[in-house]
Parts: sequence; structure tokens; C-alpha cells
Amino acid sequence: MSAEQTQASGVVGVLESVGRKSLGLFEEIGRFFFILHATVYWTFRRPFDGKEWLRQMVRVGVDSLPVVGLTSMFTGMVLALQTYRGFERFHAEGFVASVVSLSLTRELAPVLASLMIAGRVGSSLAAELGTMRVTEQIDALYAMATEPIQYLVVPRVGATTVMLPPLVAIANGLGIFGGYAISVALMGANPVTYWEKTFQYLDLNDVSSGLIKAAVFGLILSVTGCSKGFFTTGGAEGVGRATTSAVVMGSVVILVSDFFLTKILF
Amino acid sequence: MATGERGESGRAAAPPKIAVIDLHKSFAGREVLRGVNLEVEAGESLVIVGGSGAGKSVLIKHLIGLITPERGHVIIDGEDLTNCEPARCLAIRRKFGMSFQEGALFDSMTVFENIAFPLRRHTRMDEAAIAARVQECLALVHLDGTGGKATSELSGGMRRRVGFARAISLQPEILLFDEPDTGLDPITSAVIDAVIVEMRKQLDVTMVTITHNMQSAFRIADRIAMLRNGQITAIARPDVFRSLADPYIQKFLAGEPLEEEVA
Repeated sequence: MSAEQTQASGVVGVLESVGRKSLGLFEEIGRFFFILHATVYWTFRRPFDGKEWLRQMVRVGVDSLPVVGLTSMFTGMVLALQTYRGFERFHAEGFVASVVSLSLTRELAPVLASLMIAGRVGSSLAAELGTMRVTEQIDALYAMATEPIQYLVVPRVGATTVMLPPLVAIANGLGIFGGYAISVALMGANPVTYWEKTFQYLDLNDVSSGLIKAAVFGLILSVTGCSKGFFTTGGAEGVGRATTSAVVMGSVVILVSDFFLTKILF
Repeated sequence: MATGERGESGRAAAPPKIAVIDLHKSFAGREVLRGVNLEVEAGESLVIVGGSGAGKSVLIKHLIGLITPERGHVIIDGEDLTNCEPARCLAIRRKFGMSFQEGALFDSMTVFENIAFPLRRHTRMDEAAIAARVQECLALVHLDGTGGKATSELSGGMRRRVGFARAISLQPEILLFDEPDTGLDPITSAVIDAVIVEMRKQLDVTMVTITHNMQSAFRIADRIAMLRNGQITAIARPDVFRSLADPYIQKFLAGEPLEEEVA
């Protein structure tokens, strides 16, 4: 009888933990959409904070340029190196340029840039808003009749969503240049044919869908970062947890939504 | 519910500035507020006292709409703050100035910018007028000349006073103080109380302060309310409050432990 009881309580324990985890997940999703909805609601209401938008756009866009540029350029270089070695085996070196340009614009530049920004910006959004939450600065904003979503979240989410497409456009250019440099300088490809092949199979749709993806990823990672920070509890430790999970959740959601976006957009 | 209907209670006096009606709130299954009823007259200074964890902070945050209750209403000048459009809620909140426990100053801004923040946000004052108003507020809390400092350079007492200055910059009708002297030494705490009393004299405001410091309560209150077990158990003028027969209040005043709470 007692063995049965132990077994039963073990099953209950497992069920409880599954239930708690699922409730936590639903709570997380609810918060994400709450912040998203409130952000949209407050974006189109006065007062408009142009200066704050600009400040955040510099922070997200200009300040992220080196890290995104480097990531993309080296990705282009590695891609050229790898595909060249592979394609050489069946004498298809001529297609290296097309592979580099297509995979960068459609997939690699938007996803890798967004992951870098999730690490760089998503984490700092969560840490900043989280600290403001635990030191009552967010309450102070409410108390001063200032909607924190409007003052803090709208410019941050807006700036990230607006700045990711141009960042990815620059990343596309640098990645393609990286591939070109490696192929021409290291592998002895013909610069003129390489350049031709780069654009031969590239459609406007390839580039534009990559940029649309970038904007969606920007929205997702900034809303995730802000919602993690906005609902932080538990002092300094809570801020640390919020920061970590902003990066982890942001990255996972970017990769998952990438699949569905690719399915829809192409 | 409109305050116009209040005649049925038999009191025909001027409507209260703040009316709290049957407020309930729980956190994680624990009932913190269990039907708080409270009225604050215009121009009075009410101090709410109570033990740690009695729900004082939760109550004061309800007054300004930072927390939504499960049941009950907070009526400010006849308008229900617990049931309003977001934009209307913000408008009602403009009547308030609130000072937070640790000041809650924006650490990305200087002292000047902190106090100027609500002015820039809600008025069309030019920079000269804003500077003049900030100086005026700083002078009122005896912090002239500190405008250029970063908030990290301030001591605990100074942070509270900058918080006060920021709370009064928009000339609010209602001032809320959340534990203004927590973590301060007795002298600094007396200075803070003196600043509060002086602000009250100079500004025509209604004040609600929460504290567990009885000395401070007697210095600044017109009326003192006791919050215990999520309800207001007593409310009286300071001299009457001192002589209330309630054993809990007597223990609280004397700073003695309660048998049931020691166990």
C-alpha cells in the first residue's frame, strides 16, 4: 500500500511540475503579447519622444554596426571558403558566388545579425528596465503620470525594429564582399565572373524577404527583452535572471520564427 | 460609483479628496488588504502606521493606481481610479506627487534633470522657467546648488529630499510619502519630517504618509490610522490616538513585542 502511495505521489509530483512549467510558459507568452499590444497602443499617442527614439536608434543601430559587420563579413568569408572546397570536387566553383549571396541575403545575415543584437541589445534592455523596476523607477514614472510603456518601451522596441533592416542591408554587403575577397584573393576566382554570378540568381525578393525577417526579429527580440525587464522581481538576482533569459528566449524565438517566416515568405 | 450618492451615509460634508472603499488585494494566495475603508479630507495630513508586512506600501500604491485591486474602489475627487481609461488614469495621476522609499530617482539623469522631468513631460514651460521652478523646489527641501550632481553622489537623506522636490515640481494636489525615513538615522529622519511639515505649510496639499516610525507620525500627522491584518483598525487625531485602549496600538507605541507574534 505504501509503495502504491509513493508511486502515486511520484506521479502527482511529475504532473505538478509539468503543470507549473506549462503555466509558466503561458505566463511568459501572455506577458510578451501584453507588452506587444501596449507598445502598439502607445506608439500612436502623444507625446512623441523624437529625441529618445533617436538616442535608441543610435544605441541599437550605429553602436551595433561593428559587431554585426564583423560577424557577417567573416560568415561570408567562411562560406566562400567552405563552398569553394566542396564545389571544387565536381567543378562547380563558378556557383560559389551565387551560393554566398543567396544564403547571406535570405538567411544568414538576418538571423546572425538578429542573434548578435539579441545578445547585445536584448540583454541590455532587460537589465536596464529590470533595474528600473526593482528600484521603483518604473513606479515613479507611473506616479509622474508618464506611461512607462510609452516612455521606455515604445522608443526601444521602435528603434530596434526600424534599425535592424538597415543593419542587415549593410551586413549583406559586407558578407558578400568577404566572400568575394576570399574567392578572388585566396582561391584565384575571376573577379569579373564572380561579381556577375553574385547577382545572376539574386532576386529583389531574396533581399527584401531578408529585410522583412530582420524587422520581425528586431520586434521579437526587443519585446522579449523589454517584457523580461518590465516584469522583473527579486532584486539584483532577478535582474540577472531577466537578462539571461532575455537572450536565451530571444534567440530561441528568433530561430523558431525564422522557420515559419521562411515558409511564409518564400 | 459616484460620490454624489454619498448622502445616504448621512454625512453631507464636503466630499473627501481620497475615498478608499472596501479594498481587497492578495499576492500569491496571501490576502494583504482585506477590505480597507478610508477617507482623506482635502488639505489634511494622514499618516498610516502599521507593522512590517502589514500592507502599507500596497495600500499607498493603490491610492495612485500603481496596483489594481481585486475588489473595491479608490475614488479621487469623485473619479474612480480603479476603473478608468488608460489616458484618463494618467490625467488623474497628474494630481499626485509621490515620494518613494529609496527615492526612486532616475539614475541616468542628474538631480536637475530628475526634477525637471515631470515639467518637461507635462508643461510647455521654456528652459528658463523650468530652471527657476527646479531651483524653487530644491530650495524648499534645502538642497540649493545640488542640481548638477549625479544621483549616485547623494546620501540617503538627500535622495529622499530630491525625491520630494521631484514630487512637488508639478504642484500636485496630493502628496504621497512611502516610508520617507526608512533606513535613516534619527537626526536625518527629523530633518526629513521638518521638510515635510514645511512643505505642507507652503503648499496647499493633501498628504498621505506611511511609516512605522511613531515619532515621525506624531510630528507630521493631522490624523493617524493603524493598518493591521489588512484593515484599518483605528483612525484618530494624534493626541487621541496616543490614548487609544487597543492593546496592539499600545504595544506599537511602546515598541514592545506582542505575545502571539513572538511565538
